[in-house]
Amino acid sequence: MEKQVSPKRIKVLLSKSRMDVHDRGVRYLARCMLESGMEVILSRHGLIDEVANAALQEDVDVIGISFSVGGHVAASERLRKLMQEKGIGDKLVIVGGIIPDDDIPALKKLDIDGIFGAGSSAAEAIEFINARVNA
Amino acid sequence: MTPEEIAQRIVSGELPAAARLMRAIDDVQPEAVDALKLLFPHTGRARVIGITGSPGVGKSTLTDAVVTRLRKKKLTVGVVAVDPTSPFSGGAILGDRIRMQRHANDDDVFIRSLATRGHFGGLTCSTRGVVAVMDAMGKDVILVETVGVGQDEVDIARMADTTIIVTVPGMGDDVQAIKAGILEVGDIFVVNKMDRDGAGITAGHLKAMLSLTFHPHGTECDQVAQPWYPPVVSCCSLDGRGMDELLQAMDDHYEALTVDGGKLLTKRRIERAEKEILDLFQLRINQMFFARLGNGGRIEAVAKDVASMRIDPYTACEELMKSAKII
Ligand code: B12
Ligand SMILES: Nc1nc2c(ncn2[C@@H]2O[C@H](COP(=O)(O)OP(=O)(O)O)[C@@H](O)[C@H]2O)c(=O)[nH]1
Ligand SMILES: [Mg+2]
Repeated sequence: MEKQVSPKRIKVLLSKSRMDVHDRGVRYLARCMLESGMEVILSRHGLIDEVANAALQEDVDVIGISFSVGGHVAASERLRKLMQEKGIGDKLVIVGGIIPDDDIPALKKLDIDGIFGAGSSAAEAIEFINARVNA
Repeated sequence: MTPEEIAQRIVSGELPAAARLMRAIDDVQPEAVDALKLLFPHTGRARVIGITGSPGVGKSTLTDAVVTRLRKKKLTVGVVAVDPTSPFSGGAILGDRIRMQRHANDDDVFIRSLATRGHFGGLTCSTRGVVAVMDAMGKDVILVETVGVGQDEVDIARMADTTIIVTVPGMGDDVQAIKAGILEVGDIFVVNKMDRDGAGITAGHLKAMLSLTFHPHGTECDQVAQPWYPPVVSCCSLDGRGMDELLQAMDDHYEALTVDGGKLLTKRRIERAEKEILDLFQLRINQMFFARLGNGGRIEAVAKDVASMRIDPYTACEELMKSAKII
C-alpha cells in the first residue's frame, strides 16, 4: 500500500458559464492546480445556482469562477446569497478572467475573497489558496 | 458535532452534513468511522450500480443518461464518479461532473467526484463509505462510475449489486481487455456510441465471447442453470437510443437478484461484506504500522539498508513488523 503522507487535499471547484467560450484560463489554471497537488472539480454552469449546488455536494474548500464576458458582479451576489442559504457560506470564493478594475470594490463588498483578473498568474491564485485554506 | 448529531442530520436530509462526512471519509479522518457506524442501520436499501470501462467510452455521459431515466421514474439518485490522481503531484482534475451538469439543480440527485489518491482497482478507499452515506440519505439508486483503467477494475463488482461494462465500436483492443479479465464480472454489457460504424460487429463479438463464458443451462458437466445471463445492449448516450433497453436490463437483473427470496442478492452482499471487512482490516493494520513507526521515516532508513544490500527485504519487513508490535 501507499506510503501514508497526509491524506488531506485542498479541493477546488472551477466553473465557467456555458455562454462564455473562453476556457483557456480555467483549463490552464486547473492544470497548474493539479500540479500543485490540489483536487480540481471542473464544472460548466448555466445558472450560477448550479455552482452553489456543486460546491455543496463536493464539499470543496474553494469556489473559483472564470468570467470573460461580464456578468461577474450579479453572479457573485447571487452565489454568496445561495451559499448562505445552503449553509456553505464558509467556503472561499475567488474569481478571475476579464474583471475591470471598476468592478473590484463591488466584488469586495460581496465578500469575494480573491480577484485574479487579466495579467494575474496561476501561481498567484495557488499561493493565495494555499495561504488561506491551510490557515 | 458529535457522531450522533452528524448521523441524525444526514438521515433527516441535511445535505451539508452528508457532504462533510464524505469529505472526512475521503480524508481518512478517524471520526468518520463513528458516524458510519451509526449510519449503518439506515443502509442496505439502495440499489448500487457500477459502471466501468476504458477511459473515453462514455461512462459519464451514459451515467447522465441513466440518471435522466431514473428521475423520470421518480427515483432519487446518488452518483459517485472516480477519476485518477496524478502520481507525480497527488493532485487531480475531476471532469465527470461536466457531463452530468443538467442534474445540477435537481435536489434529488447528489453527485460526488472522488480522486483515486493512489488506490488501484478503479475505485478509491472512500468509495464504499461515500456510497453508504448516500444510501443512508435515502437515495433509491446509487451509480458508481469507476476510473476505467481497462484491465482490472473488478473492485466495483465486489461493491455493486449490478455491474455494467461499457465498450464502444471499433476498439478491438478494448474487447480484448474485456476478454482478458473482466468478462466474468459484468452483469450487463453496453456497446455505447452505437451511432458509430461497427456497433453491430462489436455487439456480436461480445455475445460470442459471453457464450463461451456463461452457460444458461449450466455446463455439460454440472447442468446447473445459471441464474443470470448477461445481455448486450447497444446505446447512444448522446441521443438516448437504447436507454429503454438498458433500463429494462437493469430491472431484469434486479429481478434475478431478488427472485427466490433474494438468494442471489444475499450471496452477493455476503461477498461484498467479506471484501469490506478485509479491506478495513488491511487499512487498520496499515495505519497501525505507520503510526507505530512514526510515519515512514524508519522505513526509509531500512530501505537504504536493503538497497545497499546490508539486509534482505524479507528480514527487514519482519523486523519492522516486530518493532511495530504487529508480530
Ligand atoms: C482567445 C480569445 C478568444 C477565443 C477563446 C478561445 C478559448 N477556447 O478560450 C475566441 C476567439 C473564441 C474568443 C471569442 C470571443 N471573445 Co475573446 N478573447 C480572447 C483573448 C484574445 C485571449 C483570452 C485567453 O485565452 N487568454 C489566456 C488565458 C490563460 O488568460 P485568462 O483567460 O485571462 O486567464 C488568466 C487570468 O485571467 C486568470 N483567471 C481566469 N479565470 C480565472 C478564474 C479563477 C477562479 C482565477 C483564480 C483566475 C482566473 O488566470 C489565468 C491565468 O493566467 C482575449 C483578450 C485578452 N488578451 O485577454 C479576448 C477577450 C476575452 N474576448 C473578448 C470578446 C468580446 C469575445 C467575443 C464576445 C467576441 C465576439 N464579439 O464574438 C467572443 C466570445 C463569445 C462568447 N459567448 O463567449 C473580450 C472580452 C471583453 C470584456 N469582457 O469586456 C476580450 C477581452 C478581447 C477584448 N479586448 O475585447 N475570444
Ligand atoms: N458519438 C458518441 N459520442 C459519445 C457517446 N457517449 C459519449 N460520447 C462522447 O465520448 C466522449 C467521452 O465521454 P465520457 O462520458 O467523458 O467518457 P468516460 O471517460 O468513459 O466517462 C465525450 O466527448 C462524449 O461526448 C455516444 O453515445 N456517441
Ligand atoms: Mg468519466
